[in-house]
Amino acid sequence: MSTTHTHERPPQLSGAPAPPPRRRGARRQKLVPGILLAVALAYVLVLLLGPLAGIIYNAFKSGVSVVGQTFTQPDVLHAFYLTFVIMLVTVVVNTVFGVIVALTLARDRFPGKRLVSALVDLPLAVSPVIVGLMAVLLFGRGGWFEPFFAARGIQIIFALPSMILVTIFISIPFVIREVVPVLQELGQEEEQAAWTLGASRTQTFFRVTLPNIRWGLLYGIALSAARAIGEVGAVLIVSGAIQGQTETATLLILRSFDQFQDQQGYIVALTLAAFSILLLIGIETFKRKRTREAR
Amino acid sequence: MADTAIQIQRPGGRPRFRPATAAGRWSLRGVALLYLALFILLPVAAILQRGFGTGLDNLTGALSSFGAWNAIKLTLIMAVLTAVINGGFGTLLAYVLVRFRFPGRSLLSTVVDLPFAIPTLVAGVMLVALYGPSSVVGGWLGRHGIQIAFAPPGILLALLFVTLPLVVRSVQPVLLELDPAEEEAARVLGASQWTTFRKVVFPALRPAITAGSLQALARALGEFGAVVIVSGNIPNKTLTAPVLISQLINPTSYGASGGPDQAAAVSALLFGLAFVIVLVTEKISSRGSGWLKT
Repeated sequence: MSTTHTHERPPQLSGAPAPPPRRRGARRQKLVPGILLAVALAYVLVLLLGPLAGIIYNAFKSGVSVVGQTFTQPDVLHAFYLTFVIMLVTVVVNTVFGVIVALTLARDRFPGKRLVSALVDLPLAVSPVIVGLMAVLLFGRGGWFEPFFAARGIQIIFALPSMILVTIFISIPFVIREVVPVLQELGQEEEQAAWTLGASRTQTFFRVTLPNIRWGLLYGIALSAARAIGEVGAVLIVSGAIQGQTETATLLILRSFDQFQDQQGYIVALTLAAFSILLLIGIETFKRKRTREAR
Repeated sequence: MADTAIQIQRPGGRPRFRPATAAGRWSLRGVALLYLALFILLPVAAILQRGFGTGLDNLTGALSSFGAWNAIKLTLIMAVLTAVINGGFGTLLAYVLVRFRFPGRSLLSTVVDLPFAIPTLVAGVMLVALYGPSSVVGGWLGRHGIQIAFAPPGILLALLFVTLPLVVRSVQPVLLELDPAEEEAARVLGASQWTTFRKVVFPALRPAITAGSLQALARALGEFGAVVIVSGNIPNKTLTAPVLISQLINPTSYGASGGPDQAAAVSALLFGLAFVIVLVTEKISSRGSGWLKT
């Protein structure tokens, strides 16, 4: 990581960049960074901050009482509850198995490892809609596993199990991608020391490895949670979006706009956005600590 | 049985410590591979079998009917534009965040990550809230003949929104590693700022920019949530391939004709593209920083 040779700089070069020997004046020196900064900020304003202001304005346009009414509707409450359950199960499954996969990818050697690591990235590139279709092809009518579950009376499609399955698929990469680099930076010296001193594998993991990767892990968990809450395409296809039953918060937003209940859609969307921003603050904190950890 | 460590002498290498039980190592590896096989390989096999399995006739037949080809063309154009535009602005933002010191820099860095946290559907709702025909900004633009929401520019904005952090976060770490002394040297030797960027900074960043843009491309090809509200889903005009797939599977909710077979055909095509992009990205990023290298 660190550069091996140090640069001996002439003293006049430290601080501001040296004026070039050409005829360009000092004003141009300040002008170019200023313009670049202004363009970058304008892009962020048009693309991210402006729309954020737009949604806040629209949600509160017809007064705070409408906001209160929205949150007393059983359908809305159920949608948030469902989103929370799906997020919770997804995060737990992907944390446990994500750490195992990360350990395997960072520590183990086996043929085809590069292919496996490409496989881990696949859910980031595959359209969520296609993920939904995959679940339908596996568990839906005429699907590979449909006879097995139908014979046992277990409903997968148009029910919670398939919604959880697709959300797990979509958020698989986050924990793995954040933990693997930390494990690689960390090396194995500390773990080897623990083993040599007689600690078991489990003890070594919980006392040495886990504390060392915790910020990277939390960062990955926060990203998975954000993705699980926001998932819409895959869940729409497998759930059937039955109002009050398999309708998550995002599906409720979709229905609100379909049925011209824009106000309700804006309010639920803003609630999700507010929660995401809280999560984002967590993500930023974990990322900063992880960056320090990796060094 | 107690886990003790034994020392394995490797030819030409440092002595490595390994836990004595090979069974332990195999069970860990087995769980990891089984999890990936069940959750990723199996679904992928299903889509390939259904999409290509019924023959290429089905694929070409599906593509020529119900505006599928128009939807794929629109999706491709929008995704390529997204990758190029965010390749540029993402690099600019990374450069500004790393090289410049200004008040609010860490806030800007947080705001850039906003699309990672905000649900994509909410991103679409946000864009309609600002640029929709009934809003102040959208209404003003509409009176000047510029339609954003429910038109291709809206789709583009939505895709730019959700993919912005991908390029920034790909370029930023490389830029941090890059020694500013190289740039200073170029400047001292008389190169203009633009020449310095083009000849010194850009070549070092190129793999990261390409990898980030490819990630944005793959993401944009498959994006559903952000697009579905903004685009208006007018067949042959603003209907993208992912939205078309969803309409084909759930015909009752939207009203397009077709079925899972047609959906699987379009999906198999999109999936093939995504898979190629992942493999290329993996190749580029392993040449550069090398995470997950064997």
